[in-house]
Amino acid sequence: MKVMAQMAMVMNLDKCIGCHTCSVTCKQAWTNRAGTEYVWFNNVETRPGQGYPRRYEDQEEWQGGWELNKRGRLKLKAGGRLKKLATIFSNPKMPSIQDYYEPWTYDYATLTDAPAQEHTPVARPKSLISGKDMKISWSSNWDDDLGGSAATAEHDPVLKKVGDKVKFEFEQTFMFYLPRICEHCLNPSCAASCPSGAIYKRTEDGIVLVDQDRCRGWRMCVSGCPYKKVYFNHRTGKAEKCTFCFPRVEVGLPTVCAETCVGRLRYIGLVLYDADRVLEAASVMPESALYEAQRSILLDPHDPEVMRAAERDGVPRDWIDAAQRSPVNALINTYKVALPLHPEYRTMPMVWYIPPLSPVVDVVRETGEDAEKRENLFAAIDVLRIPIEYLAELFTAGDVAPVDGVLRKLAAMRSYMRDINLGRDPDGAIPAAVGMGEEEMYDMYRLLALAKYDERYVIPPAHAEQAHDLEEVACSLDYEGGPGMGGSGPFGEGSGGTTPIAVENFRMLQDRQTSDTLASPDDKAARVNLLNWDGKGSPQGLFPPKADE
Amino acid sequence: MSTEVQPEGTGAPHEVGLDGAFSDALVRTRRFFTKGTVSADLRTLTKTGGRGADDFYRDRWSHDKVVRSTHGVNCTGSCSWKVYVKDGIITWETQQTDYPSVGPDRPEYEPRGCPRGAAFSWYTYSPTRVRYPYIRGVLLEMYREAKRQYGGDPVKAWAHIVDNPLRAKAYKAARGKGGLVRATWDEATEMVAAAYVHTIKKWGPDRVAGFSPIPAMSMVSHASGARFTSLIGGSMLSFYDWYADLPVASPQVFGDQTDVPESGDWWDAGYLIMWGSNVPVTRTPDAHWMTEARYRGQKVVVVSPDYADNVKFADEWLPAAPGTDGALAMAMGHVILKEFFVDRETPYFIAYTKKYTDLPYLVVLDPGGDGTAYRPGKFLTAADLPAHAGEENAHFKTALIDSRTDEVVVPNGSLGHRFGEAGAGKWNLDLGEVDPRLTLLGSGGESVQVELPRFDDASTSLIRGVPVRRVGDQVVTTVFDLMLAQYGVGRPGLPGAWPASYDDADAPYTPAWQETVTGVPAVAAARIAREFAANAEESRGRSMILMGAGTNHWFHSDTIYRGFLTLTTLTGCQGVNGGGWAHYVGQEKCRPITGWAQLAFGLDWLRPPRQMIHTAYWYLHTNQYRYDTFSADTVAASTGRGLLAGMSTADVIAKSARMGWMPSYPTFNRNPLDLADEAAAAGRPAAEHVVEQLKSGDLRFAAEDPDSPENFPRVLAIWRANLLGSSGKGNEYFLKHLLGTDNSLRATEAGDGQRPREVDWHEQAPEGKLDLLLTLDFRQTSTTIFSDVVLPAATWYEKHDLNTTDMHPFVHSFNPAIAPPWQTRTDWDAWQVIATKFSELAEGNLDTRRDIVAVPLLHDTPDAMANPHGVVRDWKHGECEPVPGVTMPKIVEVERDYTAIGAQMQALGPLLDKLGTTTKGVTYDVAASIDFLRSKNGAVRGGPADGRPSLKRDVHACEAILALSGTTNGHLATQGFKTLEKRTGTRLHDLAAEHEGKRITFADTQAAPVPVITSPEWSGTEAGGRRYSPFTINVERLKPWHTLTGRQHFYLDHDWMTELGENLPVYRPPLNMAALFAETPVGDVGGAAVEGVTVRYLTPHSKWSIHSEYQDNLFMLSLSRGGQTIWMSDKDAAKVGVQDNDWIEAVNRNGVVVARAIVSHRMPEGTVYMHHAQDRLIDVPIAETSGKRGGIHNSLTRILVKPSHVIGGYAQLSFAFNYLGPTGNQRDEVTVIRKRSQEVTY
Repeated sequence: MKVMAQMAMVMNLDKCIGCHTCSVTCKQAWTNRAGTEYVWFNNVETRPGQGYPRRYEDQEEWQGGWELNKRGRLKLKAGGRLKKLATIFSNPKMPSIQDYYEPWTYDYATLTDAPAQEHTPVARPKSLISGKDMKISWSSNWDDDLGGSAATAEHDPVLKKVGDKVKFEFEQTFMFYLPRICEHCLNPSCAASCPSGAIYKRTEDGIVLVDQDRCRGWRMCVSGCPYKKVYFNHRTGKAEKCTFCFPRVEVGLPTVCAETCVGRLRYIGLVLYDADRVLEAASVMPESALYEAQRSILLDPHDPEVMRAAERDGVPRDWIDAAQRSPVNALINTYKVALPLHPEYRTMPMVWYIPPLSPVVDVVRETGEDAEKRENLFAAIDVLRIPIEYLAELFTAGDVAPVDGVLRKLAAMRSYMRDINLGRDPDGAIPAAVGMGEEEMYDMYRLLALAKYDERYVIPPAHAEQAHDLEEVACSLDYEGGPGMGGSGPFGEGSGGTTPIAVENFRMLQDRQTSDTLASPDDKAARVNLLNWDGKGSPQGLFPPKADE
Repeated sequence: MSTEVQPEGTGAPHEVGLDGAFSDALVRTRRFFTKGTVSADLRTLTKTGGRGADDFYRDRWSHDKVVRSTHGVNCTGSCSWKVYVKDGIITWETQQTDYPSVGPDRPEYEPRGCPRGAAFSWYTYSPTRVRYPYIRGVLLEMYREAKRQYGGDPVKAWAHIVDNPLRAKAYKAARGKGGLVRATWDEATEMVAAAYVHTIKKWGPDRVAGFSPIPAMSMVSHASGARFTSLIGGSMLSFYDWYADLPVASPQVFGDQTDVPESGDWWDAGYLIMWGSNVPVTRTPDAHWMTEARYRGQKVVVVSPDYADNVKFADEWLPAAPGTDGALAMAMGHVILKEFFVDRETPYFIAYTKKYTDLPYLVVLDPGGDGTAYRPGKFLTAADLPAHAGEENAHFKTALIDSRTDEVVVPNGSLGHRFGEAGAGKWNLDLGEVDPRLTLLGSGGESVQVELPRFDDASTSLIRGVPVRRVGDQVVTTVFDLMLAQYGVGRPGLPGAWPASYDDADAPYTPAWQETVTGVPAVAAARIAREFAANAEESRGRSMILMGAGTNHWFHSDTIYRGFLTLTTLTGCQGVNGGGWAHYVGQEKCRPITGWAQLAFGLDWLRPPRQMIHTAYWYLHTNQYRYDTFSADTVAASTGRGLLAGMSTADVIAKSARMGWMPSYPTFNRNPLDLADEAAAAGRPAAEHVVEQLKSGDLRFAAEDPDSPENFPRVLAIWRANLLGSSGKGNEYFLKHLLGTDNSLRATEAGDGQRPREVDWHEQAPEGKLDLLLTLDFRQTSTTIFSDVVLPAATWYEKHDLNTTDMHPFVHSFNPAIAPPWQTRTDWDAWQVIATKFSELAEGNLDTRRDIVAVPLLHDTPDAMANPHGVVRDWKHGECEPVPGVTMPKIVEVERDYTAIGAQMQALGPLLDKLGTTTKGVTYDVAASIDFLRSKNGAVRGGPADGRPSLKRDVHACEAILALSGTTNGHLATQGFKTLEKRTGTRLHDLAAEHEGKRITFADTQAAPVPVITSPEWSGTEAGGRRYSPFTINVERLKPWHTLTGRQHFYLDHDWMTELGENLPVYRPPLNMAALFAETPVGDVGGAAVEGVTVRYLTPHSKWSIHSEYQDNLFMLSLSRGGQTIWMSDKDAAKVGVQDNDWIEAVNRNGVVVARAIVSHRMPEGTVYMHHAQDRLIDVPIAETSGKRGGIHNSLTRILVKPSHVIGGYAQLSFAFNYLGPTGNQRDEVTVIRKRSQEVTY
């Protein structure tokens, strides 16, 4: 057993309102710049729908993820590594810009500048690729809320698998939203696809990152990722992807997408897993066993043996504690209501989802029955507006039983809580019917419904004293002027170079903003006093050089 | 490497491993070239070093400071945001998460925000930002030339241009067609000030108007121009009614503008119906309360014509046809009355309705014309009872029967107790020993038949029986008995025609009947009603209806809402946490309302201000009334008496104005300054002079001749608003008649027989009435590009201000993350500059003048007792004498020192010391607050405001608002309750006492969201940290509602309510545009005027914008379809060969829209959605149909005024600003959708 810690996320789709705030805040923070106009590290898809990029789930087409070869060995679907290296200069399995969308802007200035003319001025769309006028025919979210369903929804690859279960008729309409970020997989096929070794998984928290220096722009990672969550920056020629907001997570802050989620549906926390068993779990047959296999390598952080092994393997005590309090661990392993997205890709994704429950009793009403009665609630799951097969294709490689189990738990929770809400005696038979105790069900209710900030996000800060695990601090010791070079360190007077966000905290921020002196004093060029820098001016060395410098 | 594995329940064991041996070897070698670690199984690379390459992301996350601000947009969000600044540049924003906790057993408010708000910072540096002042080039050139000609005199220069028809036409016709040129602040404000001075001098101050809506979204910015406009005597235009966000049913039923629960109170509900409110889209920051409350066992039902976003969360979806919600509500009321009041008397409901509603009150029945059926008449009052007739305000004291004695009694708490000496201590809901009799059935009386209207088949009436008593020579019954008759709930022994059962589809208002109207299955309607009531019974009132624009923007929305309110009131849900109505349309709740009102209307210097009903204003001034091809009595009931017969809607408005019911500005066909001079010259008091002039016919109301040049609106200032891109119903009428520029209006004017009788008709309708359109904005909108002068405004991240909402109890601050960039200025700053310039130019032009202000009869004052029984008395028709303040507006003289306006803007005036402040009938002594402000803000030295507290900076204004309001100043709240206690005789002040020493300052709001204090300014209590729910003070402390009976009203007895057949809740279908305007019937394909399919045209709120804000934001455009779109069903699209994303045109008599189609099966057949306020600036081509730029959503709508909305001068049906007035509804419209050439030109 080799214990490793993984920072993971659970999204409760039953609460997602499809507002896209996560997409906007993420884009504002990370990708609103040249080269990444079309890039949304976080996006939200309406299902049924094609997703972004279009039809990314069709691995027959895109060949992302892993598969088992004839001998049962795991291989990249796009071909073995040998093939990758052999075809490094021609990568046919890349989505084109049209599969994402052609980004555009408008000639807004004409609204102000237009000379006297016959018609009211208007801002026309201009392609950000060609600079020319265009008719917009696809966007990052074209089929939002079933827009264009008649023309496009039938191309949803998941729909294909469930056959004739879905009809695009008014009376039978259903939809739900699927927010997506990088899965930060335990078995990342993007990393395995990279000929340059530029994609790596951080040892201490499992965040998957692209080394921007090492990336050579082969784009094999774009092909290799079945979720299409690695993007090609066409300006820098490098791959970029969701970073799980590591500069924030390292100081105990949730990711931007999570903290700004107004549906309050995202949970962040640690899971502990046995790194020695990842390959075996990723290789099980049949595909429908992958969910359980993936869950089985997650370790119980309360198990004394696991705790000992974790300590042995370098997981700090407060991280073990955080893993015990982890809402992600609770939702995946204790309550078993969170499921992985497309486990059949065999990448062991680490963003899990609680499937959407509602609306459930819609069909029951036709019978005139009291739709709230527990037995009716359960019956209704069988006639759910959202076909359970569709959910199963997303989360359990087609096995409806686990999805059904989750939905029954959610329905039972509502039924159980209704009695309490109305001051009746709670009915222990309700949780029992789904294999839960009353207290367990009540605790799950609190986690799902109250979802307090400090219970949604249990994020232990990075350990600054472990220099070897926290590279930037280690680095900062030996940059010019750093302690390694005989000067003072990042906590001292003369820190320089890039800002180590990992040691950023509120106190320092406040000090910087309220102190008297400006940064970059004249006599100390290129030396930034972090403690005293108030943001006025841009001290040399604080920000990366601009392109024209 | 490989191992054998056999996971539980899987197939045969197999070897696991990667690829093949050769590639293993290859990968293994990587270990030697990297600092990372290749996993033992060769799957992946982990790394513990070399991370400098990711520093890019670390740097990107760095920032210099984080500033708290919020968004001043009418979204009801009021979210607190962190604005990140790096290097003096705003980079992005994320939500604050530091809301005070609402308790350990509930979800919290954090985080609040939405994708629109998250994209706001884009505007700061965007190319659509207005960075400098702009003036239309042709106008600026003329102005400069004229100034040269007149020796540099700006006022003469302005007069030279606008008083010459050719010159005026030249710049007016150029509006909206480019040619804006940069100007300086000095030149622009000088020209603007000159326009004001000239207009006031020549035409009068009430020819100047200001429009800025929704103070709650940024109170100081609203107050800036409103203060200027009010101080000079201009008219501030209302917004809540104009936006059709005002639920007129609220004043009708509650005597309150709107008061609703905070979103945190949804959590308390056991049953929630979302009815016409798409919560995830339009209440994004609050939607989580709904999703989470389900986990607590709350049942959620959605009524929506389409599969809206909120249907995803619903246990049941009732897809009622658009505009038929009232029918569903009536049927649910039928079920509740039958099962919970008649078949079984539900103790909780009976006790509640006896105490808190007008159900037991007695109504006189009038004999029918033919001597058979009676008609419901007026409330029986003390004046009808010999024992009480001599009492003070006897006509306003309603009566009921005490079941213990069987005697008629006059309980405390009615309007008659609210004012006057005798009522002191008696204005309360304490019934003492009295047990009101709900029904007269079974108490030995007789019964009679009453005639009640129906509107699904307007050719007939309903004849149903009610039990009656005789009081004196009058036949009376109870409101409850009338309700049962109206709802068709029969009881043995009563005459008349009654529904046979729920399955009787012919008789209103059975479940089966509603199915024929709404399409919702009868069993579903009945069951939901039953569940709703059963939940309310079990939880004692915790059933809630969350309602919104989808049901509130119809012509007859007041009837829809009364149907809803019947459900929540019958079941005892109003005034209960977790229950009642939850109406969220518009951010109307300015919690520190008293302080804001003093600043905004200059009440600290001069009273009264001019406040105008916006809908009527534009109905007349954009000439939409000329296109009404039907008469006002079209909406009268079959049971009406012909009170509106032969009148046009314009006649109705003029009548309401001259009777003093509704305000009307410009008021008279003469400059009110000149009128005051005349009165002085004649040596008469102003009121006397006006009455004499009116009687002689020498003076007329401007509303009686709106198209005469002396009655035009001349100057309009717009800030914080986009009238021409967002709220202006009848956009093409605005362009044609108000602005005088190109338009695509296609309607024909009324013919001879359809024209007004008492409003003058000019053969040629004027075009270009307005001389100056001034807009302050930070981005280009349809309003700015049509404006004559555009001033660059600071954004919400560049100023100090305050923001509140009804959705949560916190006060939020705006704070500048950066100083206003380029030449932008805050609204507070800009209007001071304009005011100062204005005062300069007023020297020698205006100086000090006396102004005659006509004031309508006001709510929450004794004016509400001007018209006993709500009888129409028109002095012009000789029905009474014109008596100011009784049968016509009050006439008040105001002295204005126009040279002091600049100084008055910047200081808190002395009138507050003398008169205090008054909100909703409670007057506060604010002397202590003024002293505080003098110290806090500093005093002005010298000039007309010497020694007064400063309002120079926006922060000063914030402090003043907070210090002068009970919600933010515990001393005032407690004082107000103590004042109120004298009237009610009940204990109230303890509600605020826990916070008596708390004074919220601006610094507090900068630090964190601050919860407000319970205050008599609102009807609910937050004492002890509970969630806000309206009317909890009324219910728990027996404080009356501000209505005739002091209770919640099911019955309205005003003459015009009777005329419209709306004494009681009714179902009225959407207007029939085919019948009114000869539009093609819905569903027709082909069409006479335009080839295409005719569909209902609805304009709901968009997912990608807040009104017109954000619709031009690149982030929102990238997440949607990047321009104007219309959603339509696949079935309708097929009828006219339209594919998804095809260019289409929507055409009706009002105008033309070009958009791209979004075809989806989630839309119902026969209805299209054009999400409102997409403006016309982004990707709108030339329309084939008109040859002009395609229009906006309001190019297809127009103003339609419901006569009952201009009732006034009677109890709760009395005017107050944004409290009562005609709504700018727009949902009843239809349009033709046609496919157009896919080749578009711009």
